[in-house]
Amino acid sequence: MNVIDKVLGVSPSVLSIRAQRLELISANLANADTPGYKAVDIDFGDALAKAQVASTNLDSRNGLHFDIGGLKPDIMYRTSGQQSLDGNTVETDQEHAEFMDNAIRYQASLNFLEGRIKSVLLALRGE
Amino acid sequence: MSLFQVFDISATAMSAQSVRLNTIASNLANAEVVGSTPQETYRSRHPVFSTAFDTFMTDQSAVGVRVDGIVESGVEARREYSPGHPMADDEGFIYLSNVNTVEEMTNMISASRSYQSSVEAMNTTKQLIMRTLSLGS
Repeated sequence: MNVIDKVLGVSPSVLSIRAQRLELISANLANADTPGYKAVDIDFGDALAKAQVASTNLDSRNGLHFDIGGLKPDIMYRTSGQQSLDGNTVETDQEHAEFMDNAIRYQASLNFLEGRIKSVLLALRGE
Repeated sequence: MSLFQVFDISATAMSAQSVRLNTIASNLANAEVVGSTPQETYRSRHPVFSTAFDTFMTDQSAVGVRVDGIVESGVEARREYSPGHPMADDEGFIYLSNVNTVEEMTNMISASRSYQSSVEAMNTTKQLIMRTLSLGS
């Protein structure tokens, strides 16, 4: 892990997980009227844990080693309170709420990153 | 995997919902159409949505929607006795289209809500992308 990675901390992984989650939720919203579609989501905690394992820079020198960089979060089906008659499990209101929540948290991570980058720039300039 | 895929997914939803709105407009426009036989009378049309698993998305976890086709409703055309009507058959019956106007209106509200939620998703994603691009400036 190089210095810049250390400075930026966990925020880059968080951003990429948030982006993936945003994608899944937008797919749920897109399929809100599709018969038989099952809403999907990822567990953020699990995804972050896997991303951190993947970022510890493990080297594989042998073909039999597991490719740990390819650890991806498990995509799981949402348990729905009320399934509609056509088998669709998307609850639009819940998805909207999750979407906004996720977007705000994405922006929070952006703010953290921005702060870190500003500190690095300040240190580099030495003003 | 990137935020840009949200645009692809939302776009499929928007085009599917606009097909749905088109069929609704067609149904409402033809709601009062009269025919001499049940076969030639207008029947309400509805799109069939399905999940687009085999399209451009490389990762098959987040997928869009597509319109599989448009089906005509199997509900019987309404028969009405109206011997003075120019379209009446030999027995004096005319056939009215099977469009249920109330059903179409609720369908329209649902379609426009779904369209709106796709637009909202796109807008939010656009803001996030713009902010990400301006990171560190």
